[in-house]
Amino acid sequence: MKYLDEYRDKALAQKVVAEIKRIVTRPWVLMEVCGGQTHTIVKYGIDHLLPDEVELVHGPGCPVCVTSLEMIDKAHAIAQRPEVIFCSFGDMLRVPGSEADLLVLKSRGADVRVVYSPMDCLKIARANPDKKVVFFAIGFETTAPGNAMAVWQAKQQGIENFSVLVSHVLVPPAMESILASPQNRVQGFLGPGHVCTVVGYEEYEPLAARFHVPIVVTGFEPLDLLEGVLMTVRQLEAGTYEVQNQYPRVVKREGNLVARDLVNKVFEVYDRKWRGVGMIPKSGYKLREELSDHDAERIFQVKEIDTQEPSICISGLVLQGVKKPHDCPAFGTLCTPEHPLGATMVSAEGACAAYYAYGRHLQCEKKELASL
Amino acid sequence: MCLAIPGKLIEISENPEGVRMGKANFGGIVKQVCLEYTPEVNTGDYVLVHVGFALSKVDEDVAARTYAMLEEMKQLEELSDADEPEAAPAISGGP
Repeated sequence: MKYLDEYRDKALAQKVVAEIKRIVTRPWVLMEVCGGQTHTIVKYGIDHLLPDEVELVHGPGCPVCVTSLEMIDKAHAIAQRPEVIFCSFGDMLRVPGSEADLLVLKSRGADVRVVYSPMDCLKIARANPDKKVVFFAIGFETTAPGNAMAVWQAKQQGIENFSVLVSHVLVPPAMESILASPQNRVQGFLGPGHVCTVVGYEEYEPLAARFHVPIVVTGFEPLDLLEGVLMTVRQLEAGTYEVQNQYPRVVKREGNLVARDLVNKVFEVYDRKWRGVGMIPKSGYKLREELSDHDAERIFQVKEIDTQEPSICISGLVLQGVKKPHDCPAFGTLCTPEHPLGATMVSAEGACAAYYAYGRHLQCEKKELASL
Repeated sequence: MCLAIPGKLIEISENPEGVRMGKANFGGIVKQVCLEYTPEVNTGDYVLVHVGFALSKVDEDVAARTYAMLEEMKQLEELSDADEPEAAPAISGGP
């Protein structure tokens, strides 16, 4: 496919790797922010192609992973109500709450439906006027315009039986939280290309300046990621810390102004709890007061649910780039994609799930065997 | 989750509710796409699509330039491979 295949060219990738090897003089720790980027890196083994000096640690940019357990339990409580049709993106279906997951609830009779776009929910709401259609609106800045449009259109078109359970998260506050931590190891970032497609990268400039870290807004194909690494290493070696754009074929400095405008009309910034990390101030969106008729949390009044995560799980440290999946004693044994213990194993884009899917747990076993 | 894919816009229309919609071709699979956030796009353009929304037009000129720069790096490297070892510093350029 155009704009995909040419960014997977092996010979070209080898040349970019050679150039990274040529310019690197000492160890650097880089973090790719987005879960989609983590997935590409592990799938293509990009981290293994890089010279030993360049270490990639994996960031918190998997919205399914960081959705709090309390919010997932709330979603499940709403989904089980007889008057509800509960709609969700497919990747949320297998994420376990305290008691079950959405697929299990569906098998028990709950009306749970997978949608490709939040706009599909409006059709479902119009076709089922006697039901309450609830959409689980999760995601980063990339997904906010789609979710905002569904709410906005519901209001414009008078679709009263449509509401959203909002659990939106934002990237810059999470990066700030990582950089401000005394445990921080990250010296440069591959910025989230699709988040920046929507919001641009002006917001990242103060972060780069304050923490002296280069941030290179990077795409999602293997060549994009390698070029993002090259640009970041170049800056680190030169001692600069600018925001650069590796992905200009879709990302503009100001982002998409039409989308930003509607997102601001529908959502306002709000404190959010991140699974594995905890509360981060002003790190998410909630619906604006004037749209509260479409707010599932208000309509269904689900009480705060007290939850507890397994103590063995180190997903919080993995999400902050302090640890790698194979540093966890439960990785690939007690904790697998079928029975995830924490945030980074619950979705395919989580670092632990990506490592597991591409056999990295087997490599650990091999290493252990070899050391016997 | 932030997966977004480039598709070629093959049709633009308005749905009964007045929302600007279109159809995009993703390597043979055709999907409905909301075009409200990309008022500038025309049929034949490539758009980056996420959860049924075109978030950006793919800038063909910029894409070609970036790719050409990478290609250039490849060619420079190949040249230097063929050259004497002292020619190696010639490959300091790039994006």
